[in-house]
Amino acid sequence: MTPHKPGVNPPLWLLAELTYRCPLQCPYCSNPLDFAQQEQELTTEQWIEVFRQARAMGSVQLGFSGGEPLTRKDLPELIKAARDLGFYTNLITSGIGLTEKKLDAFSEAGLDHIQISFQASDETLNAALAGSKKAFQQKLEMAKAVKAHGYPMVLNFVLHRHNIDQIDKIIDLCIELEADDVELATCQFYGWAQLNRKGLLPTREQIAQAEAVVSRYRERMSGSGNLTNLLFVTPDYYEERPKPCMGGWGAIFLSVTPEGTALPCHSARQLPVEFPSVLTQSLDDIWYNSFGFNRYRGFDWMPEPCRSCDEKEKDFGGCRCQAFMLTGNADNTDPVCGKSPHHGKILEARREADCSDIKIGQLQFRNRSNSQLIYKTRNL
Amino acid sequence: MNEHSIAAFRRGYRMQWEAAQDTHVVLYPEGMAKLNETAAAILELVDGKQDIAAIIATLDSRFPEAGGVGADVLEFLQSAYEQKWIQFRDPA
Repeated sequence: MTPHKPGVNPPLWLLAELTYRCPLQCPYCSNPLDFAQQEQELTTEQWIEVFRQARAMGSVQLGFSGGEPLTRKDLPELIKAARDLGFYTNLITSGIGLTEKKLDAFSEAGLDHIQISFQASDETLNAALAGSKKAFQQKLEMAKAVKAHGYPMVLNFVLHRHNIDQIDKIIDLCIELEADDVELATCQFYGWAQLNRKGLLPTREQIAQAEAVVSRYRERMSGSGNLTNLLFVTPDYYEERPKPCMGGWGAIFLSVTPEGTALPCHSARQLPVEFPSVLTQSLDDIWYNSFGFNRYRGFDWMPEPCRSCDEKEKDFGGCRCQAFMLTGNADNTDPVCGKSPHHGKILEARREADCSDIKIGQLQFRNRSNSQLIYKTRNL
Repeated sequence: MNEHSIAAFRRGYRMQWEAAQDTHVVLYPEGMAKLNETAAAILELVDGKQDIAAIIATLDSRFPEAGGVGADVLEFLQSAYEQKWIQFRDPA
């Protein structure tokens, strides 16, 4: 296949955010703060058309996400359509709403993989973080059922200052549940996590201790022939160089929101950049030709210090959303970079983490009423 | 693992041809590995039925100029196992 545009490859990854509905209220959710303003959802046929177009362009990995994707009644139909097109299908779920019967239906539809996210390794902390008392037992049962169905199982724990000190117990639980891979990912500060950053960012000491625990487990596990990978993701707030966000803007990743807005990353809708809808433009045209997807491709848009930096092809200047949130201008160098004139914002956040005494109950939980309140307050 | 073991893809792992990338790939949870022609030729024979000796025999007859691929195939299959793409079972 000939590329449409020199230097631009097809979107290998398609993330379908099927819905913003979710039974949980995690205060680090990456959904936009004003999600409650958006209740429209693409129909079954519209989603399948998106999959068809993406697959024709060369997309191969498909993530069903949200919100909680299980709230979509047509999920088996969407899975089957995607699988028949040749996609590798990933269900990214909290496990809430999953049943043995649904697992059978997904399995029959051809679902390839299920990732279940946990909030903590024990019931009390999990309930406090998820805003739901029943969640933990349900997750345990569903993790066991996923394994019993023969699926490869990736368990995902989002880490922050309130649960990172229990990382040993978290890994023990993953081993007990026979997870194939474990993602221990410190929350990234977008959406609700950014709103609650002061109450979520771990201290540098907490991260160093957690890293030491993870290395001990890795040694022990490889010694006993356990092939489970422990992937530990630290927050970029303790780095001196930014992450190569999404592998580059419009390089491999395409996200579609519940109502059909196409984005180069799931957080980008907050940027003052216009992004097209899959209902009015073909995916091909959106990916290769739209203003939004070309806005930060390549290197010509870069101001200093990125423009003359010899690391720009490695990190692409970092994350546009983080630059926008912390400096007010998405063109700026990601302030994580020690060369950024705004790096002080990151240092300030680290100092805040050292003296924060915010309790879990004081965090702003991701739910409709908080979302509506935030939206109203911001538009006064 | 030995020559009588039978190799099969694990559930959630599969190989397919990707026209857009002009290559075979192994797909797995949230990821993908591009395969070179040798790797694809070996993995195409991993079907959960034939043993490794049969895979080696097929490849030896297909590529006689290679002068015996047995050691390379065993090495490759071991690394595919370590990456969790495939698993081995003893013949029934």
